[in-house]
Amino acid sequence: MTEELLVANLSDEEIAEIESEISHLPDRESAAIDALMIVQRHRGWISDESLQAIARLLDMSAAKLDGIATFYNLIFRRPVGRNVVMICDSVSCYIMKAESLIEKVQEKLGIQMGETTEDDRFTLLPIVCLGACDRAPTMQINEELIGPIEPDQLDEIFARFT
Amino acid sequence: MSLQDKQPMVGLVDEQAGPLSISEYERHGGYTAALQALSQKTPIEVIELVKEAGLRGRGGAGFPTGLKWSFAQGEPATPGYKYMVCNGDEMEPGTFKDRYLIEFNPHLLIEGMILGSFAIQAEKAYVFLRGEYFDAYSALDEAIKEAKAKNYLGKGIFGTDVNLDLRIHSSGGRYICGEETALLNALEGKRAQPRSKPPFPPASGAWGRPTIVNNVETFCNVPGILRNGAQWYKDLGLTEDAGTKLYGISGRVNKPGLWELPMGTPIREIVDEHAGGMQNGFKLRGILPGGASTDFLVEEHFDLPMDYATIQNAGSRMGTGTMILMDDSICPVDLSRNLQHFFAQESCGFCTPCREGLPWVEQLLAKIENGEGEEGDLELLDQNALYIGAPGNTFCLHATGAIEPLQSALKYFREDFEYHIKNKTCPYKKKQVNH
Repeated sequence: MTEELLVANLSDEEIAEIESEISHLPDRESAAIDALMIVQRHRGWISDESLQAIARLLDMSAAKLDGIATFYNLIFRRPVGRNVVMICDSVSCYIMKAESLIEKVQEKLGIQMGETTEDDRFTLLPIVCLGACDRAPTMQINEELIGPIEPDQLDEIFARFT
Repeated sequence: MSLQDKQPMVGLVDEQAGPLSISEYERHGGYTAALQALSQKTPIEVIELVKEAGLRGRGGAGFPTGLKWSFAQGEPATPGYKYMVCNGDEMEPGTFKDRYLIEFNPHLLIEGMILGSFAIQAEKAYVFLRGEYFDAYSALDEAIKEAKAKNYLGKGIFGTDVNLDLRIHSSGGRYICGEETALLNALEGKRAQPRSKPPFPPASGAWGRPTIVNNVETFCNVPGILRNGAQWYKDLGLTEDAGTKLYGISGRVNKPGLWELPMGTPIREIVDEHAGGMQNGFKLRGILPGGASTDFLVEEHFDLPMDYATIQNAGSRMGTGTMILMDDSICPVDLSRNLQHFFAQESCGFCTPCREGLPWVEQLLAKIENGEGEEGDLELLDQNALYIGAPGNTFCLHATGAIEPLQSALKYFREDFEYHIKNKTCPYKKKQVNH
């Protein structure tokens, strides 16, 4: 297969958003993180094909871009479910029994940290301190911060995300 | 004296009402400090006033803000050839103050950044914001739009010949982005690895240009200083440190939260009066006073005032001023393991002592916690604390910060570590009950 076929085409919308970021920056490569986040917002994650297409748009090597993509924990290089559940495992939540909350969530969703449910509904990830320690223990589902969480509220919380 | 004069950062905030709008902010004197400074003062005068007020950086290090700005002062060789950057990458475990300021008083941050950018004559400014802070992003994005519409941002702001373009960079995530030079690499779209220093950012920062990086709360102190003067600001503090501070408490207290109080408010007052004291059945044993990377304080320190000098003299750092309370149901060994897990995971991996040392320390702590500790393990931990933590072995202070809570846990809770090794068990696991 030629390289051309491996490179997915970015949508006009994605390209326009990335070019808009580039227009505020001294060079194209400086938009690397913004570009990855833009494409992820549209596609949920960064596939190898997306990575190559972005690298080409930014005039940089795909290897260098991958070094950047894999450095940041909010950039997903593997597919994720429709809803990403991130549970804080840092010290303030730890004190407020985050470890038993994590166990209950894993049990409830039937998956371990880093896994996605078979129906692609949830991906479960650990996250460092979410900056809401007065509401510990906390989790973030997609863009929503939730806490403090009592384990018996979990069913009700997950029901809101389909 | 109005509430705003005693609590210049959050006095106007009504949490139920959401972010303070530009009209509300202006109704209480918002943006008058920027208007006056830009039309009547020189940049050097602004720097001198901030120096005189004694404002120190609120991100953790406590560096004098006016002095920092003076390192980048003066007319740039090319117009706009400087950057002002706000560090809003709040990821220090236990810290939740910058989120609050941006979500509820975004115009205060913008006005502080206008004043700072004017002081160092930067025409471009960035807010480096945590990627997870979606609500803060919306509040700030909306506030920037409002400020642009009023010509407080953009070209010829406030009817002067000053320009300022303010943009938000939403982070891809990683604790190390909070390190000033790692942040600049991230802003440039690179891996967030700290840079070797010197050169320091005021000489060569973002894209090689002179750059000043300040914390969100630091900027939020500036408009009040310009409006009410240096003496007013100094008088706000109870001790030799000036101003107010957003203190926070998390842990087993009755009312965990955040309060803007005079700098130097005693720890016990914050815990007992503002946080409502410890929950029934829990006794306070130790405090990480300013986030995960600060040394423990114990009972003998709880009457001390929370300010930079006092907490430093007590062997720790005021850091971010948001305190993590360890109660008597928490195992100090396992808590140390939790902390080192965080630091090991968040090491950028560039320098060997940090990349290799921290995971090793985490494993050793897990071994002790699991009842597999051996004689000599504590001495090994002591040694590692000494070598990994020694500044100068690494580009940045990530490993140094990681070791601070460990070395103090080994000092103050040593009998707990010894018990685990001697009895091959964790005594806290047995008495654990469901709360």
